[in-house]
Amino acid sequence: MPAATFLDTSELVLNMGPQHPSTHGVLRVVLKLDGEKVTGCECVIGYLHRGVEKIAENRTYVQFAPYVDRMDYVAAVSNGLGYCLAVEKLQGVEAPPRAQAVRVILTELNRISSHLLWLGTHALDIGAITPVFYCFREREEALKIFEKYCGARLTTHAFRIGGLQYETYDTLEKDCLAFCEMFPKKVDEYEELLTGNRIWIGRTRGVGILNAEDCKEFGVTGPLLRAAGVEWDLRKQQPYSGYEKYQFEIPTGANGDTFDRYVVRIQEMRQSTRIIRQAVESLPTGPIMAKVPKVLKPPVGECYVSIEAPKGELGYFIVSDNSTQPYRVRVRPPSFVNLQALDRMCRGSLVADVVAIIGTIDIVLGEVDR
Amino acid sequence: MAEEQKPAAPPPPKPPAAMAATAWEGPLPEKLKSRFGDGIRELLSYRDQNFLVAEPPAVIPILEFLKIEEEFEYLVDITAAHYPQRVKPFELIYVLYRFPPHNERIRVKTDLAEGEKPATATAVHPGANWLEREVFDMFGIAFEGHPDMKRILLPEEWQGHPLRKEYGIIQQDQRWVQENLHIDSGQ
Amino acid sequence: MNAVLDFPYLKPVLITLVIILVFPLVVGYIVLAERKVLADYQVRLGPMRVGPYGFLQPLADAVKLLIKEDIIPTASDRWIFWLAPVLSTVTGLTAFAVLPLSEWIYIADVNIGLLFILALSSVGILGLILGGWASNSHYSLLGALRSAAQMVSYEVAMGFALVSGLMVAGTLSMQGMVAAQQRLQIWFAFSNYGLMMIPFAVYAISAVAETNRAPFDLPEAESELVAGFHTEYSGFRWSLYMLAEYANMFVVSSIAVTLFLGGWLRPFPSVAWLAWLNFVVPAALFFLIGAGCAVGVKRYSDHRVFGGIMIVLTGAMFAAGASFLLPPVNARIIGLFWFLLKVAVILYCYIWYRGTFPRFRYDQLMRIGWRYMIPIAMGALIVNGFVMLWGQGGERVQ
Repeated sequence: MPAATFLDTSELVLNMGPQHPSTHGVLRVVLKLDGEKVTGCECVIGYLHRGVEKIAENRTYVQFAPYVDRMDYVAAVSNGLGYCLAVEKLQGVEAPPRAQAVRVILTELNRISSHLLWLGTHALDIGAITPVFYCFREREEALKIFEKYCGARLTTHAFRIGGLQYETYDTLEKDCLAFCEMFPKKVDEYEELLTGNRIWIGRTRGVGILNAEDCKEFGVTGPLLRAAGVEWDLRKQQPYSGYEKYQFEIPTGANGDTFDRYVVRIQEMRQSTRIIRQAVESLPTGPIMAKVPKVLKPPVGECYVSIEAPKGELGYFIVSDNSTQPYRVRVRPPSFVNLQALDRMCRGSLVADVVAIIGTIDIVLGEVDR
Repeated sequence: MAEEQKPAAPPPPKPPAAMAATAWEGPLPEKLKSRFGDGIRELLSYRDQNFLVAEPPAVIPILEFLKIEEEFEYLVDITAAHYPQRVKPFELIYVLYRFPPHNERIRVKTDLAEGEKPATATAVHPGANWLEREVFDMFGIAFEGHPDMKRILLPEEWQGHPLRKEYGIIQQDQRWVQENLHIDSGQ
Repeated sequence: MNAVLDFPYLKPVLITLVIILVFPLVVGYIVLAERKVLADYQVRLGPMRVGPYGFLQPLADAVKLLIKEDIIPTASDRWIFWLAPVLSTVTGLTAFAVLPLSEWIYIADVNIGLLFILALSSVGILGLILGGWASNSHYSLLGALRSAAQMVSYEVAMGFALVSGLMVAGTLSMQGMVAAQQRLQIWFAFSNYGLMMIPFAVYAISAVAETNRAPFDLPEAESELVAGFHTEYSGFRWSLYMLAEYANMFVVSSIAVTLFLGGWLRPFPSVAWLAWLNFVVPAALFFLIGAGCAVGVKRYSDHRVFGGIMIVLTGAMFAAGASFLLPPVNARIIGLFWFLLKVAVILYCYIWYRGTFPRFRYDQLMRIGWRYMIPIAMGALIVNGFVMLWGQGGERVQ
């Protein structure tokens, strides 16, 4: 019989190890507890570090494009868009209008599928075991469109530097419109299960509050910033790829808690449906690829281009030395920067809330670690 | 298949030709010039993106000035690049943004010598914490005054800083791999 | 032979044997039902491979659990490790002794039946605590203690809700409660001008919490940090805990059925011209299930074993339906039918809650128990008492 061990009241250190069903990847969180309350938390990351930025220095611009999909593998299309926009800026070209419109369609579908995965797994962490199946059912529809367009569901490599490689397949518009027809009712289904549910509200209201001041201090962007009340979205503030042509709203929250982030992301899914419909209905004709030399050697220079990825501001800082390979590629990952705020969000909350808070940041370890 | 794989250092890249940057005009660069004088070497713009190159001691005062007086309260990114052929091989880059109504993004760059330790920006922008750790991890640039200056992505005992140009593309810290992963070849 | 038939405890012993032998299988099928119903909510099919429509899945699960390696942590106390699941299972199954499954199908009609069941469930909680203790880990013990604390808290709420029912019933004997409902010609959930709905609701919620089921299952949820009390148990020992949990669910549902929903009485027991319900409802139900099985026969028509099973099932369902139409048979087994049907409805609600609701956090769970359930139950007790004093409904205790 082991000797009795006393759980004394000094700080207890609890380790949510790299393998844990709720950390959404290989993330290690070390919690310091005072009884039930969390007094501090430290994230240990790097388990998925693959040296993407180093690889970029050894591949040509075109060869590197498939690598960016693997960072935020849930929203690969957005990664590809950011990279292509950055290289296009360095090169000094702009994709033709038709390519831009198709890019918008696919990126918004990607935003919806990323948010659907987030919603399903977040609900699952909090104990609602049914929404995840509904979310994945709708995600299937979006992934089918990706597969028909570029052959891949997850790591799509859908865009090329200068535009698109593939012309849209013959029923793309029909499929997208059918999706836009079907999807808002499904969002109503998710809301019916969760938004008004007293238990859901009890688990998410007031949990993991990150107000606008904290967000700006840490550089947190995306739905977390919008839930804190700051109406800021790069698609509106610094439009790219033709977003200025479409009408959509930026949903915001009031308190910056988990419930507000949930509502913001649900509303973003609805707004994305609007954008897709507008883009499909106003899809211009024309070429899909700008004039880009076969061997791409952008002039010496550097630029920083960022887009509004589903998780926040995704930035690419590329330095070119007029050779076929980039001199330096820096990816500014939204999940990495947002995860830094986990400590601030967990202070003072209960242990059982840590899982919900990690879920609400919406991190993908591929992006955190690159 | 070499038995002993020595990761070959890649040949040093040719020195890049100069960037075709234009001068950065406007009220903000005027203010910066008048405020910091010699602290700022250049105020340039390339592809409509403004940046300034500062001397290392002036960087933190510039960040403070930009945050407090010019409302650049959002630190977007801190990163670095390695130019081994330069006299001061490391270039440290800060990207800052101010929200609407200005809606403007600028970069603050500085050049560092090997072993030079810049001051940390965590006092001005708490979000610099992890970003500086990553710069240290990848480049070996230690920041003076950082509360937690240790590696973030690689294991803490790792030797070597991968994003330096002399670090090979498949190079690993072989001793660490042998000890921790029990792979004899160390790769 | 006469000696056997005259043996005074023949019926109780026989029924005990039937329950002990049959109930584990029933639990297996309740688990299968849970998986199929959850799958239905989740737009998928559930087990489909083992047997037609997955109907032999419980047998496969049982075999798997029985042949699994018995792992005992080296640092745990072996005797307590053995005792803990046995304790939970024994107390869970013993409660069956006083359940009035029908007018004549019961093991014992103890005059303190309800008290007996509550006492047993309290002892059963000890099995949980010992299980956590035997795991020899801080976190398992904490998880076990939290489960136990939750169960104890909601037992208090359940107790208060049950006292309201007892007031109306006038007796602690389970058969007596049903007899009282028969005499007063009303299901007690509807008596006192419907005010008994409040204790019934409190009881229903507390029962879900007391059995550690969703949405009150944080201590044993997989995605949480603290592992539950049954972390170190695998194979047969774990299946004993599962058996105990479902036995508990069954017993708690049976109490609800007995005290609030009329036990083995049919709906509207007082309305004589509705006596055809006794014939039509079971027959229709079994014929409907039989029709479903007939569809299954067609689906599995090229599979010898599964097709055979479906044919047997179809025949059995139709035969059962037909047998309920025969008055002498009907008179004997209709009580059992109504009782099991009502328990099945409540168990379906358990599964429904699991599929729909997120989980409560532990402090929210305890707050609901102590700050809401108990005061509401106490208030309902007082209100129902006054209503009974000044109006109809209920029996004065002799």
